[in-house]
Formats: sequence, C-alpha cells, structure tokens
Amino acid sequence: MTALVQVKNVSQLFGSMCALDHVSLDIAPESYTVLLGPSGSGKTTLLSILGGFLAPSEGQVLIKGEDCTSMPPAKRPTTTVFQDYALFPHMTVGNNVGFGLRMRGLARPERDRRARGVLALVGLAEAFDKKPHQLSGGQRQRVALARALVVEPSVLLLDEPLGALDLKLRRQMQDELKAIQKRVGTAFVHVTHDQEEAMALADHCVVMNNGRIEDEGPAERVYSRPGSRFSATFMGESTIFPGRVTPSREIETPFGNWRLNTDATAGTDVALALRPEHVAIGDRPLALGRAKVGDVVFQGSFKRVTAAPERAAQIDLLARLPADAVVRSGDVVEFACDPRHVLVLTR
Amino acid sequence: MRGGMRAITIVYAVLVYGFIFLPVVTLVLFSFQATSFPIPPFSGPSLRWYQTVLADQRLTSALGNSLLVAVISSALATFLGFLAAWGFARFVLPASALLRGLITLPLTVSYLIIGMGLLVLFNRIGMPKSLTAAGIGHVVINLPLCFAILYSQMGEHQANIERAARDLGAREWQVLALVTAPMLWPALFASFFLSMTFSWDEFVISFLLTRFDTTLPVEIWNLLRSGLNPKTNAVGALVFLISIVFVLLFEIALFRKSKS
Amino acid sequence: MTQSSNAGRALPWLMTGPALFWTLAFFVAPFIAMAVVSVTSSEGYSLGNYQQFFSNPSYFQALINSLEVTGVVTVVSILIAYPFAWILAEQIPERWQRLALILAVLPFWTSYVVRSYSWLLVLAEKGVVNNTLVQLGLIAEPIQLANTRFATVTGFVHFFVMLLTLTIYANLKQLSPSYRKAATDLGAGPVQTFIHVILPLTLPGIMVGAFLTFVLAIGDYITPQILGGNNELLMPQLIMLQIGRRGDFPLASALSILLMAVVTVAYLASARWLKIERA
Repeated sequence: MTALVQVKNVSQLFGSMCALDHVSLDIAPESYTVLLGPSGSGKTTLLSILGGFLAPSEGQVLIKGEDCTSMPPAKRPTTTVFQDYALFPHMTVGNNVGFGLRMRGLARPERDRRARGVLALVGLAEAFDKKPHQLSGGQRQRVALARALVVEPSVLLLDEPLGALDLKLRRQMQDELKAIQKRVGTAFVHVTHDQEEAMALADHCVVMNNGRIEDEGPAERVYSRPGSRFSATFMGESTIFPGRVTPSREIETPFGNWRLNTDATAGTDVALALRPEHVAIGDRPLALGRAKVGDVVFQGSFKRVTAAPERAAQIDLLARLPADAVVRSGDVVEFACDPRHVLVLTR
Repeated sequence: MRGGMRAITIVYAVLVYGFIFLPVVTLVLFSFQATSFPIPPFSGPSLRWYQTVLADQRLTSALGNSLLVAVISSALATFLGFLAAWGFARFVLPASALLRGLITLPLTVSYLIIGMGLLVLFNRIGMPKSLTAAGIGHVVINLPLCFAILYSQMGEHQANIERAARDLGAREWQVLALVTAPMLWPALFASFFLSMTFSWDEFVISFLLTRFDTTLPVEIWNLLRSGLNPKTNAVGALVFLISIVFVLLFEIALFRKSKS
Repeated sequence: MTQSSNAGRALPWLMTGPALFWTLAFFVAPFIAMAVVSVTSSEGYSLGNYQQFFSNPSYFQALINSLEVTGVVTVVSILIAYPFAWILAEQIPERWQRLALILAVLPFWTSYVVRSYSWLLVLAEKGVVNNTLVQLGLIAEPIQLANTRFATVTGFVHFFVMLLTLTIYANLKQLSPSYRKAATDLGAGPVQTFIHVILPLTLPGIMVGAFLTFVLAIGDYITPQILGGNNELLMPQLIMLQIGRRGDFPLASALSILLMAVVTVAYLASARWLKIERA
C-alpha cells in the first residue's frame, strides 16, 4: 500500500539555522502518527510544512501521490488543529465548524447538518449556538477538532493540541482523540513533546531531535528497543554507561565483561542503556555491584531511586523499586539486572 | 500578492503619505521664505523669520509659560492619579465603580466644554484669568488619563510585593514611595509624558482661562489673526522640530528599555 | 483581586480623596455652574436660552452643520485610514513597520493649531494647490478652497487619518496570526479571510475609533475657525461667539450643555463597543 503522505528529503533553513535536515517520512493511511521531540527538534516545522504554511528549502511533500510541496493550505487536503485552537471569537460554534464548508460553497442547511453531525461525534452537540468564550478549554479543543474534521481532510494535523489542558483532562482527551481517529479513519499527525502522550496515542512514533529523525516505529518498539541514546533518554528514562566491544564479542563495561545479544562490530565503543524498571536489588543474573543510594523519591506506585555504583561512581544509576521497598538515602545496596534488558546502542 | 494588487497598494500608500505630509512640508519649506508671504513662489532660503521669532519676547515667554504649565499640571495629574489608582486598586471602597467612572469621565468631554465650565465657575467665584486657572484645567483633562493608565497597571503581582514590604516593617508612605512608585515607573513615566504632550499643545482651555500671560498655542493663535505670516511658519516649524525631538527621545528611551 | 484593609479606614479615602476632590471641584462643579447659569436670566430662572437655540434657525443650523461635518469626517477618515493601516500592518516588512508608522503619524505631533494653520498655506487663494493648478494651466483663476466646509473637512480628515491609522494598526497587530492561518487552512482566499475574519474582529476597534473621532471633532473650535472661516458656523464656533463678542455666558452655557447632550447620546449609542476595563 503506498503511503498516504510521503515526505522526501525535506530540509528547512531559517537563515543559517537548520531546522530540518534531510528528513524523509512516510505516513500510512488511517494511521495515528506522533512526532515526538523536545523544543527545537523540528517537529513543529515539519508539521507546518505538511500543512502548507511553510515551503521547504529542499525536498518534496507528496500527498496521495500528488506533489503538494508548494501548494497553499487552502488547496491542500490537510487541515490543522492549532495550539491555541484559533476559534473565531465572533462566530458561534456552529458557524466556526461550518466555516470550511462555507468556503467550499455549501449552502447553509447542508453546512449546519454536517456541523451538527461532527459536533455530535466529539460530544458537543448542544454547543452549536454557543460562542467560543462560553466554553471551557477542553470543549474549545473539541470544537477545533470538529472544525478540522468536518471538511474531511486526507490528513489531520494537530499542533500540541493538549498542551493547555490539565493532566486529568489531557488523559481523557487522549482517549477521545484515539477513539475519534479510529472511528473517522482519517490519518492523524500529532506533534507533542510529551512521551507518555506519544506512547498512549501513536501507531507510529517518530522521535525527532535537532532537525533529524532519531528513531521511528511502533511506540512499544521505540520504547523497549530504542535506536539511539537520545531515543533511550527522551522516551522514558535510562541509565547510560559506556561499553567497548572486545574481539571476543563480549562487551567490556564498568561492571565487568558481559555477554550480550548484539551485532556490533568488535573494537567499537557503544552506549549501554538500562531502563529503571529493569534495575532490581539482588536476585538477577547480571550483577551491577554495590552502590550507595542517593535520593529516594516516593512516587505512589513506585520509588524512584538514584545510586552511585562503587565500581563506577560517575554513573548515575536509576532504579524503579517497589513502593514497599525498604531503602533509605545512604544505604549501600547490591543492584542487578537481566541481560535481556540491557540495550546496546551504537549511536 | 499579485503584481496589480501590489502596484495599487504602493500607489495608495504613497498618496496617503503625501496627503499626510503635504501641509507640514509646506509649512517648513515656507518658513525659510525670504519674502513676507509664506506661499509660493518660494524665494529663499532665509533664516530671517526664525531670527524674528527667537527675538520675539511674547513668543519666548509664552514658550516658557507653556513649559511651566505643562510640567506642573502633568506632575500634579500624575501624582493625584497615582494615589487614587492605588487607593482604588488596593482597597474596597463603596461605589468604587461609580467613583472610578467619575474620575475617568472628563475623557469623554470636549476641552471646549471643560474650559467653558471652568470659565463660568471662576467667573462666579471671582477667580481671575491666569496661567494657574489654565493649569487647573489641564489637570482636569489629564487626571483621567493618568488614573486610567496607572490603575490598569496595579495588578495582584505588585500587591504581593507591597505586602512583603509591609511584612518587613515599612509604613504605608514608605511602601508607596520606595516600592510601589519605583515598580510602576514606566507607567508613571508614560502618564507624565502623555500629560505633557496634551498640555503643551492645548489651546482652548488656555485661550479661555488666560489673559495676559499666556501659553504658546494661544500666542500662535494671536499671530494668526494677522493673516498669513512667515513668522507663524517659523514658530510652527520650530514647535514641530521640538515635538519630533521629544518623540525621538521617547522612542530611544523605550527602545533602550526593551533591549535591556 | 484581593483587597487589604489592614491600614485603617481613613487611608483609602486619603489616597483617592484628592483626585475625587479635584474632579468634583473642577469638573462637576463647573457643570453645575453652567447648568445654573444657562437657565438664569434677568427675570429669574427660565429656559429661555434653550428656547432661543431651537427657535433661532441659524443657531440650530450650527448643530446641523456640526453633525454633518463630523459625520462626513468620521466616515471618510475611516475609509482612508483602514486600508492604510492594513498596508502598514501587513504589506510592509516587519523591520520597517515601526519606522513607517512613526513617519505616518509624525505630523500628529506638531501643534494642533499649527497643523490646522498649515492647511491654509495649502488651500489659500495663493496657496500651494491653487498655485500649482494655475501654473500647470489647469485652471485660469484660483478656486475658493479655504474658508469652506471642504477646508474644514480636509483639516479634520488629515488629523483623524493619522489617529485612526494608529488605532487600527494596533488593532490589526494584536490579532492572533492563528486566525488567519485557520481561515486559509479551511479554504478561505485573501478576500474571504478579510471579510469573514479580519473585518469582524477589528470592528470593535473601528467603532472605538469612530466614537473618538466623533467626540473630538464635534467639540473642536480650532479647525473650523481657521479653515472654515465664518461663512458657516459649527457649534464650537457658535459657543465661542457668545463669549467673545457679547459676553453672553448664559447662552454660551446652554449651548455647551446642548453639545454635551449630543455627545452623551452618541456615547450611549455606541456604549456596547466601549468598555473601559481593568487589565
């Protein structure tokens, strides 16, 4: 199946600043793609290019096989949900949602019918005659979504749509977004810096940093087998420490020589990453040795523990211990892990 | 934007700029007129009218009067506006909205009517026409503005800092003088500067309420009585120049502040 | 907004008192004085002055003239200023906008009297316009431009175009760019974006500007007196006439109060556009 959207070798330069560096990406039909990265990673720039608000310095954007690189937003089969929602304050919700249809020449009865339909889909059927300022943040967000969906775009672009909402509302909206996307079937491209959000929503997760794609794939894979150091530390936390591949294909680490599953070539330097939930006290095949506990922070369902290993005091060991673990700052504890959980990163 | 559209906007902008500058350019140009008629044809350039203006006692003393009245009335308006804004912002007063509305009411009334009212009142109570009378009128027109600006700037943020100062032992007047005023200095500056601008250029109230010692706009008006006069051009051009200098200074001060 | 009252009952009144006193003594009291004087005549209290206004056709005409002139000035100024402000806000590159704006309103900062007078230089019989037209051979005799309603309107429009450019520009700039983006994203062309989004959102600002123009223009004595001459009188000129020549304070007071009434009616009519609120 050919991709719905093809980003081919797109670069974006602002003066001497390179916001996107030869980025290529395919977006499958009916998928939920999340562009994840810190500020300055280029994710918003990429979204703007997809939406037609920015023309790339280099490269092409194809939508449904057609070259849309220099097509203005009005002509493109995309619509965008903006970060500040951009609801027209002087129009009712119904007119806001119907605006795109009006621009396409639909008569009022038809516009209103479709607008009501989409508003029902997002659960705001009764808001048709209200004005935006009468609605809460979450409700406005849904109106913005409705307005973008009613024109039946091929791709819906969302620019950090949940940033302004509180945690509980955000989680709720995440569920709703996912459900709506499945129902409507439109491909969604969603920009966020929140990795939990990415993991909750993405069929396809694209991790970006410094204008490049660091890693991409199903969220589970990107989390459990990150492709790079950046990915390992941005998607969830990790303890990172150096290693060297010996001629005998073992990996020399500060904790000893380990036999791990990797096809890294002998003689190369690698980075090893361990997720905190995979670091335990004792009782595991691979010993990390004794370490002096630094901070113990109670987080409800677990304790977040930092420790300095005796064998390698410069490494900040990060562990997630059960909530009832008896650990205090200053204790010396033996940590260990399972070799299956050690991630070998070559970049 | 398409070429035709672009051409239209350029032409339109040029026409409007031209319209805006036409009288002023004429004024300045003919202030350098050598002959006695500040109208075409242009003969000159000559500085003789500038010399006449600067030698004119009435004009120079009127200039001094204008500055005096402007500075004093603006300072008073800013001060009264500051105190009142603080009072309304920090305390619950009965009929607060009504009283605030009252203080800002003069903004909507024509200067002519304010001046007329004062003329009638002063006439009744036997107060003579003077620069002081005009100054009083200038405070009336500027007080609402200062109050509005300062009141809008007194937010919760400043209130907390004032509470901290009180907590540390400062008395009320110290809080006002050492904490509130310095925090609000941009708004104070803006209020003063704006009041100066309005007072400096104000004609009607000064015209109605002064007799012998008068302000510059009134003096210029008197000059106009004698018809078209290059002396008027010279004065006008000078006033224009002074105003521009003030605006530039203000811009530079603002620019410096926004950079730091 | 939490209020603290821990500094004594008197303090707030001490703070707000001076400003309130000043307003009462020098704004409210004069009004009352004017009202009293306006109904005072040699025989005691009467509405004679007001009756005089309505019965004397040339007095009443002054009000009509004022309303007509002010109306034309308001409409023309907005029609000229809006596109101009739009060009400044949208078409000029960002870095030059501040400069372009300052230039556009520079003459605003000259003395108002001088600015009005300078139009005389342009419109007089031997002024710039006539001189140029005669030189170019377009007309044989100079045309009467000064001392006409046309001159008054031109003088006003000159001032208010600058004022409205400032206010409309500020209005346009503070419109979130997201609105424009959303409109184009949904398929609107530049004209449609303007009609459906930009114009309605700037309308409140325009109404405020229109009100300001109306109030300032209708109460102005200087421009009509310098440029309009005495052929046609506007209300402010009529009022000043009573003071100067005849010293007729009662009539002048009555006329002032009538003018105030007109402005108040205008204010009430546009009240919903004008709400002065605290940040």
